[in-house]
Amino acid sequence: MAVTRHPTRRDVVRGAAVVAAAALARPALAQAAARIAVIGGGFGGAACARALRRLDANLQVTLIEPNKIFTACPFSNEVIAGLREISAQQFSYDKVAADGITVAAQAATKVDAQARTVTLSDGATLSYDRLVLAPGIDMHFDGLPGYDEAAAEKMPHAWTAGAQTMLLRRQLEAMDDGGLVVIAVPAAPLRCPPAPYERASLIAHYLKAKKPKSKILVLDAKDNYSQQKLFEKAWAELYPGMIERIALSQGGRVTSVDPATGEIVTDFGNYTAAVANVIPPQRAGRIADIAGAADHTGWCPIDPVTFASKLVPNIHVIGDAAIAGGIPKSASAAAAQGRACAAAIVNALAGKPPETPRLDGACYNTVAPGYAFSLKGIYQPKEDQYAEAEVTTSPVDAPREVRQREAEQALDWFRTITGDAFG
Amino acid sequence: MPSALINVPKKARRGDVIEIKTLMSHIMETGYRHTASGDVVARDIITSFTCRFNGQEVFRADLFPAIAANPFITFFTTATESGKFEFEWIGDKGFSETAQASITVE
Repeated sequence: MAVTRHPTRRDVVRGAAVVAAAALARPALAQAAARIAVIGGGFGGAACARALRRLDANLQVTLIEPNKIFTACPFSNEVIAGLREISAQQFSYDKVAADGITVAAQAATKVDAQARTVTLSDGATLSYDRLVLAPGIDMHFDGLPGYDEAAAEKMPHAWTAGAQTMLLRRQLEAMDDGGLVVIAVPAAPLRCPPAPYERASLIAHYLKAKKPKSKILVLDAKDNYSQQKLFEKAWAELYPGMIERIALSQGGRVTSVDPATGEIVTDFGNYTAAVANVIPPQRAGRIADIAGAADHTGWCPIDPVTFASKLVPNIHVIGDAAIAGGIPKSASAAAAQGRACAAAIVNALAGKPPETPRLDGACYNTVAPGYAFSLKGIYQPKEDQYAEAEVTTSPVDAPREVRQREAEQALDWFRTITGDAFG
Repeated sequence: MPSALINVPKKARRGDVIEIKTLMSHIMETGYRHTASGDVVARDIITSFTCRFNGQEVFRADLFPAIAANPFITFFTTATESGKFEFEWIGDKGFSETAQASITVE
């Protein structure tokens, strides 16, 4: 689909309808190749765009993504801990473009759901028949007093991979031995729910080797978290006495921060961090709100079978931005949603009834080199929401060989998901 | 892990409105749930919370089964003089906990 300032096809069709009867306009619509715009070139958006072309090579698919290079979040905690270079996280859209997808290196600034147009940052307007929103997350700065974009330069969230990842790594490298690293964890929903604990583990791995007098304090707005027993066992085994966690019911919820002093305030205490990793509350990427697809929660309600927005017509929402019930906001779940959404769109364009998706999601947590565990889930719509159909978590008691094998599987998994999306 | 968490400002000026925060670790079992074998899980909740300042009651709350686990109660009062806040939680199965905190009013 070409970026154009010409009259939209809808306008042309509308004009034609004045002459032709409505019944005649409809076959004309069906014959022309449908135009699908996908906003957001992460795992969900890239998987969706590619699946659309694979399912129907006639579709005109445009992927709208301002970054020319994608930086993947999975495994970025290893970059923070100095175990991996950021370049290993980065992928271009060359192969996506080679699939016949138009890659528009622009930000989407406006969506007009009635006119079915997207405005890009260069001012161009693009018409669509169906729009897929895969904008991921934005930080919800209003949700944490004292924290904003400027504060994130002092107290990095590192919850979108790239410059923030490197900033947190440099701060850890510059910290004196004996420093306190504080990780502030927001309440659910958040991107990649077990990642704060993986991060605590890998930072502990770095500190144990380089700055052994240092400590990590996790201030948590949750009481329980994914794979908690596995993490707690690993911490006792690998990093005894290094990681302390204060849960919600022990007063762990962070209520404000002061980037000038490094102070982090909870309902019941004040903490001064040498390095503060403040992960704020999140919401769907801003374009979802602009499009009218986000509700009062900041996230996007969807029909679980088709990913169609419940708020705006002809728009589908996938990945972290969607309210997807039991599905965690993770890379592989976003990719699975992208593929299922593509199938739903192709079916709808062909006038076929939707098929009920069955989505796979996997999530690996690496707590030290050669030590990983995982959660694998299958998710299906139940009533009006996604539910876990089957979830398998690594056994809590398992020999180190099992953890070693899972660490290798984690690398394979990363190669597979990044290959599917960008390779 | 302390069962009671209290946050009272250490210092205040006379006449200041101050916020007091409390959190008590408690299961708050409603009494409406059943086990797999069909037996009722007995109710086990905190039923009352009281705050006294220098012996005089300044805040009281009755708690009910709809209140979630680990009740977090926050309220405001006016700092009138230096003294001691005493907090008391009473509940089912003989549950009783107390805590205290001092404030200096200038």
